[in-house]
Amino acid sequence: MNRQQIKQIAREGLWFNNPIFKQVLGICSTLAVTNLVLNTVVMCVALVFTMSFSSLTVSLLRKFTPRNIRMMVETLIIAFYVIIVDVILKAYWPQMSENLGPYVGLIITNCIVMGRCEACGNSNPPATALFDGMFNAFGYSFVLLIIATFREAMGMGTFLGLPLPYFSSPYWDKWIIMVMPPGAFFMLGIVTWVLRSFEIKTEEKTK
Amino acid sequence: MNLSAEMSQAFIICISAIFTQNILLSYFLGLCPFIGVSREIKAAFGLGLAVIFVMTCTCMLNWVIYNYVLSPLGLEFFRFILFIVVIAAFVQCVEMAIERYSPFLYQRLGIFLPLITVNCAILGASLFMVIREYTFISTIGYGLGSGIGWFLAIIAMSGIRQKLANDRIPQGLQGPGITLIITGMMALAFIGFTGVLQGS
Repeated sequence: MNRQQIKQIAREGLWFNNPIFKQVLGICSTLAVTNLVLNTVVMCVALVFTMSFSSLTVSLLRKFTPRNIRMMVETLIIAFYVIIVDVILKAYWPQMSENLGPYVGLIITNCIVMGRCEACGNSNPPATALFDGMFNAFGYSFVLLIIATFREAMGMGTFLGLPLPYFSSPYWDKWIIMVMPPGAFFMLGIVTWVLRSFEIKTEEKTK
Repeated sequence: MNLSAEMSQAFIICISAIFTQNILLSYFLGLCPFIGVSREIKAAFGLGLAVIFVMTCTCMLNWVIYNYVLSPLGLEFFRFILFIVVIAAFVQCVEMAIERYSPFLYQRLGIFLPLITVNCAILGASLFMVIREYTFISTIGYGLGSGIGWFLAIIAMSGIRQKLANDRIPQGLQGPGITLIITGMMALAFIGFTGVLQGS
């Protein structure tokens, strides 16, 4: 596997085929944690870990897995990694484990993990699958971090818990709605809109 | 707690799961099929009904398994795998049963059933039920209420999207973008129900 291929996979995962604003997969379980940047970072790290390694494992096992039960096998592989994340979080950071609640477990049914295993892990050598999973997870994380930054700054006037200069001053009326569920939907809608418009432009340019 | 008090508790949980704590609009679960299938009312109706049924039954099954098998054995961390297996197996059984006994229903619901296995709302409901430590009767109320809440949201959304079909929307906003913004407005409207139920 050479440099060129890795670059191509990175471009696809981060931008041209971004999980969130192009594939629109897997937004379910992670939107809920974007009201605080810290929660989002932890969730994204968990996702990068799960996604890279489950893609890798699916790819390693692809020759031994019977075709018709592969969905079940993939789910079990993903669940295995999610349990590792969950147990580690519970042991070393119980507070965070409580904040994230059921959403760590819900990575199992996060469609993007399964989607990448199906689309790439199933038919490619391990190295390609690992990078594909990793870069898709990065593409996913960066959009979520944008959303979380805006939501925390506008809703609470902080970033990672530290007060921001303008947003925490009395001049800024805190938009409580941003940290409530509707704020997440609006933010994701707007981010999708902006990034898609850019993406359409860059696609036209490369053609 | 006696039975009637528990029933009324379950009823309150059911209503609050439909309106104030809607599983889609305030916990973001089941968004993928929500965006994918809400283009047509007919399909949305079929999927919604299937979700109500599967969610209620799997919540009950998972409650029994969690409280009588996993908990006594101290295998709580194993619940993710077991819940997923239960859901997948249940969906498979229901599909076979429907195909055998009611071809009409199979035609309406058949294609949606496999989709449900990967619907995060189903697994989410089971996980919430564990975290909140519901009793068995409350669990029935919770599963039913969450299902109905999801059903209501997807029906409302598909109605709105059918009207949207003829509107002019900026290119980048078409499809998922506009759907998410409308969902946000729906979530705002549902916030209006907060306070309907005191102390829930």
